[in-house]
Amino acid sequence: MSSDLTRRTAAELADALAAGETTSVEITSAYLDRIAAVDGDVHAFLHVDAEGALAAAREADERRAAGSVRSALDGVPVAVKDVLTIKGLPTTCGSKILEGWVPPYDATVVARLREAGLPILGKTNMDEFAMGSSTEHSAYGPTHNPWDLDRIPGGSGGGSAAAVAAFEAPLAIGTDTGGSIRQPGAVTGTVGVKPTFGGVSRFGLVAMANSLDQAGPVTRTVLDSALLHEVIGGYDPQDSTSIDQPLPALVAAARQGASGDMSGVRVGVIKELGGDGYQAGVRARFDEAVQLLVEAGAEVVEVSCPSFVHALAAYYLIMPSEASSNLAKFDAMRYGLRVLPDGVENPSAEEVMRATRDAGFGDEVKRRIILGTYALSSGYYDAYYGQAQKVRTLISRDFAAAFEQADVLVSPTAPTTAFRIGEKLDDPVAMYLNDIATIPANLAGVPGISLPSGLADEDGLPAGFQILAPALADDRLYRVGAALETLLTTRWGGPLLAQAPELKEVSA
Amino acid sequence: MSTSTTTRLMSFDEALEKFDPVMGLEVHVELNTASKMFCGCPTEFGAEPNTQVCPVCLGLPGAMPVVNEKAVESAMRIGLALNCQIAEWCRFARKNYFYPDMPKNFQTSQYDEPIAFDGWTEVEVDGETFRVDIERAHMEEDTGKSLHVGTSGRIHGADYSLVDYNRAGIPLIEIVTKPIVGTGAKAPLVAKAYVAQLRELLLGLGVSDVRMEQGSLRCDVNLSLRPVGQEAFGTRTETKNVNSLRSVERSVRYEIGRQGALLEDGGTVVQETRHWHEDTGVTTSGREKSDAEDYRYFPEPDLVPIAPSREWVEELRGSLPEPPREHRARLQAEWGFSDLEMRDTVGAGALLLVEQTIAAGASPAAARKWWLSDMARRANEQGVDLADLPVTPADVARVQALVDEGKINDKLARQVFDGVLAGEGTPDEVVAARGLAVVSDEGALSAAVDRAIEANPDVADKIRDGKVAAAGALIGAVMKEMRGQADAGRVRELIIEKLS
Amino acid sequence: MPDITREEVAHLADLARIDLSDAELDHLAPQLAVILDSVKSINEVAADDVPPTSHALPLTNVFRADVVRPGLTAEEALAGAPEVEQQRFSVPRILGEEA
Repeated sequence: MSSDLTRRTAAELADALAAGETTSVEITSAYLDRIAAVDGDVHAFLHVDAEGALAAAREADERRAAGSVRSALDGVPVAVKDVLTIKGLPTTCGSKILEGWVPPYDATVVARLREAGLPILGKTNMDEFAMGSSTEHSAYGPTHNPWDLDRIPGGSGGGSAAAVAAFEAPLAIGTDTGGSIRQPGAVTGTVGVKPTFGGVSRFGLVAMANSLDQAGPVTRTVLDSALLHEVIGGYDPQDSTSIDQPLPALVAAARQGASGDMSGVRVGVIKELGGDGYQAGVRARFDEAVQLLVEAGAEVVEVSCPSFVHALAAYYLIMPSEASSNLAKFDAMRYGLRVLPDGVENPSAEEVMRATRDAGFGDEVKRRIILGTYALSSGYYDAYYGQAQKVRTLISRDFAAAFEQADVLVSPTAPTTAFRIGEKLDDPVAMYLNDIATIPANLAGVPGISLPSGLADEDGLPAGFQILAPALADDRLYRVGAALETLLTTRWGGPLLAQAPELKEVSA
Repeated sequence: MSTSTTTRLMSFDEALEKFDPVMGLEVHVELNTASKMFCGCPTEFGAEPNTQVCPVCLGLPGAMPVVNEKAVESAMRIGLALNCQIAEWCRFARKNYFYPDMPKNFQTSQYDEPIAFDGWTEVEVDGETFRVDIERAHMEEDTGKSLHVGTSGRIHGADYSLVDYNRAGIPLIEIVTKPIVGTGAKAPLVAKAYVAQLRELLLGLGVSDVRMEQGSLRCDVNLSLRPVGQEAFGTRTETKNVNSLRSVERSVRYEIGRQGALLEDGGTVVQETRHWHEDTGVTTSGREKSDAEDYRYFPEPDLVPIAPSREWVEELRGSLPEPPREHRARLQAEWGFSDLEMRDTVGAGALLLVEQTIAAGASPAAARKWWLSDMARRANEQGVDLADLPVTPADVARVQALVDEGKINDKLARQVFDGVLAGEGTPDEVVAARGLAVVSDEGALSAAVDRAIEANPDVADKIRDGKVAAAGALIGAVMKEMRGQADAGRVRELIIEKLS
Repeated sequence: MPDITREEVAHLADLARIDLSDAELDHLAPQLAVILDSVKSINEVAADDVPPTSHALPLTNVFRADVVRPGLTAEEALAGAPEVEQQRFSVPRILGEEA
């Protein structure tokens, strides 16, 4: 029964709860058992809150017994990326500098999960301060890809994606600044959604790049993402950049799409995101998926977004600039690590800051802080940060033009399947190229989803299919995503994750 | 560290013969909004440390700012009262630098897009009008407060510091003038008059408590000298920590003398931040403004632009109180002050105090008398601004009422003020505690008068002969016997009665 | 655009208050040079007449009413502090402002 429960989708679990076939305590226990059994190998979690999750599960069961269910997902557990604050639970952002910090407040996303009755299983691993595409930059050790434990699960939200892929959680929250939800989704065979910028509150999300960060769902199916998105999304007065409009009907769109009918939908294939630099197996699965959409009635056109070639450069100027300023607050004065410099008697605050920031930040964080400090320096601002903000405008214009021709745009999510742990660790530029297809959406603020397109022939590892929609039209992601999911799972004879190798379970 | 002992000063007059001072004033005003600039924490002064804080103003990871609308409105009203343009579109920026009292290690401020810019105001000194051009008025947030623990209590030599973030995030408006030229020897007075007028204006707008001693109005003074006749400005210093009207005047005077001597000796003025020391009346060198100071400004990505509609701006313009010049003219007419009396009142920085004292019930003449003579002397002795004396306009009005009621006389009134200033309570409490009420027992007074007449038969005879002026000696004797606690007017009446 | 030198990296680390060791400087400086090289194409984008975008969606005038909201207790505020004294954050001696 218990392993059966962990294999079900969140929507199925919600139905089972509604039908009285199971309880939240049973479901939550099953997931906690699974975490205990496999997370030693996967290392998706940095902190597991069994006690808190079970207490929340009991309350959910009591509510259900009393007939006062709070949401469609009331009682269905969720894992949260360690970049969102949870009152009373440690939040490290994968960094040593925050080791042991327990925030005194809930992020809005977390508050909404609680209000909707979802027990929180724990905090998932990530690249330090969300800086990376492999989760190797976590100060607490890498997360392993459930498809091949020697490989990376993507990043920065590799923990959330691996947790869902390894059946350690039915649902997880990720954050996506340049692809940190979608790229891990692609390489773990799961679904990840980056909502429209401003569609999900960032209050309590420890910022890497404020103008790009967006929290979103990490799940195994498109419908599950829609269900979770409706729980966490919507206006929040504590986030000044939050959109003061109701969310579109996301779950309804996913249910509509699940019929597999694509007639009347115009799909634009982005010319610049494909071809050279994309692994053959990734391209093959992408092309086949597009063909399936055509067969389902979609009108497919090729669109050109010429400015996208500058997206990576703009991103690697804007993101470190904002990050260098955001991370200044980690200075050993008010919380977190305090390191005294060696051999200095009665060191000054400034000396303690320097020593702590050197000891507390990892290499990638230091690289980006210095890069951002450089890009914002007087004399370079216009050439770098200022110019990057203009490129952002050009990218938005490209999107606007493309969305004249198509309702959604599509591309492979990431250029390759999961690479081996350690392979790109000391080649930052090669690492950055993982986000080449996901970054334009962050720069323009438009929503995107990644769902599995199949396994690449050369390595048998999952590849991802990205769908992008205009700002505020997140429902289109779910409509088209659910349709493609139906078409693909029909062809595969079941979900892709069913083809993943069984993980070795250790008894707790 | 430069010390005052090695600093040569040129006499003020000599400096002004050779050099022309150019000033720039930066005034930081803490708004009196109920909540902070970017969060809902209260702003009350004097709360227990770290009790008015939240994730936002503590700069906790994940927290996000939201702009206080009232603060924006106050900023625009200040801008309008200073005849500024109000931006059609402006943003907040991050000013990045590390300092332990700044929780995020960047200050959320405005950089190249201030909410108000290009304004002016006019100040009067000794009947002469000076125009002060306003460069900008922009919004920012205050920092926390550090308590330095160690040998000296100052930062230098402190072993460690204790930080309270209650003040962090309180809305500040920084008002920056353009270079003020052509004030010559009046520079110190113009600076002081400008800040005094700003205080008046801010109080009239109701946007700030403007308590300089509590730091709700703080002034930085930029000053440079150029040889008389030279067009180009000299190198300036920025003097911080100038937190009273008196200090504004004194620090300008000091820097003129210091820079004058430096330049005269063939030295150069270093562009630097200097600190004003209220106690010793000198400035000392602080941090050098090096080129390494790179604030890496960029637009605050957690906030969206502010674009005040023209309707909003006009609505606010309509809500402004009368401008200072009109305000003064009206008050002068109402109070019946001569030009000279009015000028003295303004020059002493007493306009607001007199106005509030009159509002509390005193006559204009009495209000002016107490503030410009007695209180001005006390403030001068203590080296503080009038407004910083621990006596309120209401106290002054109450003391005058007690005099008017015959309960005390002017001499006793001074003793009442001694008590109030010593923190003994309200005027009535001081009167009761010190037993200062005049003797109103007619029998005792009459007996004392009788004794005085008996003891001074010659004087009594003179009065009987109609030399009423001689009564002073008898009055003095009675007052002496009554240890001052008698109504001299009543004593005089009794003497005349008995001897006519 | 000049290549970034080791000295520049040291200066930037200083601005960013990170005490980089010599070994770290040796390691990071060439990497940063490569990264900068890969982003410098941005300068070749002809965008003189293009307005910058700082927010993906053009919102303006987002305010809160001037209302006091409950914040943290002093205990909560100080809970994560490395050192506390007199209900304040105890920090090492501060250099700079006054000398």
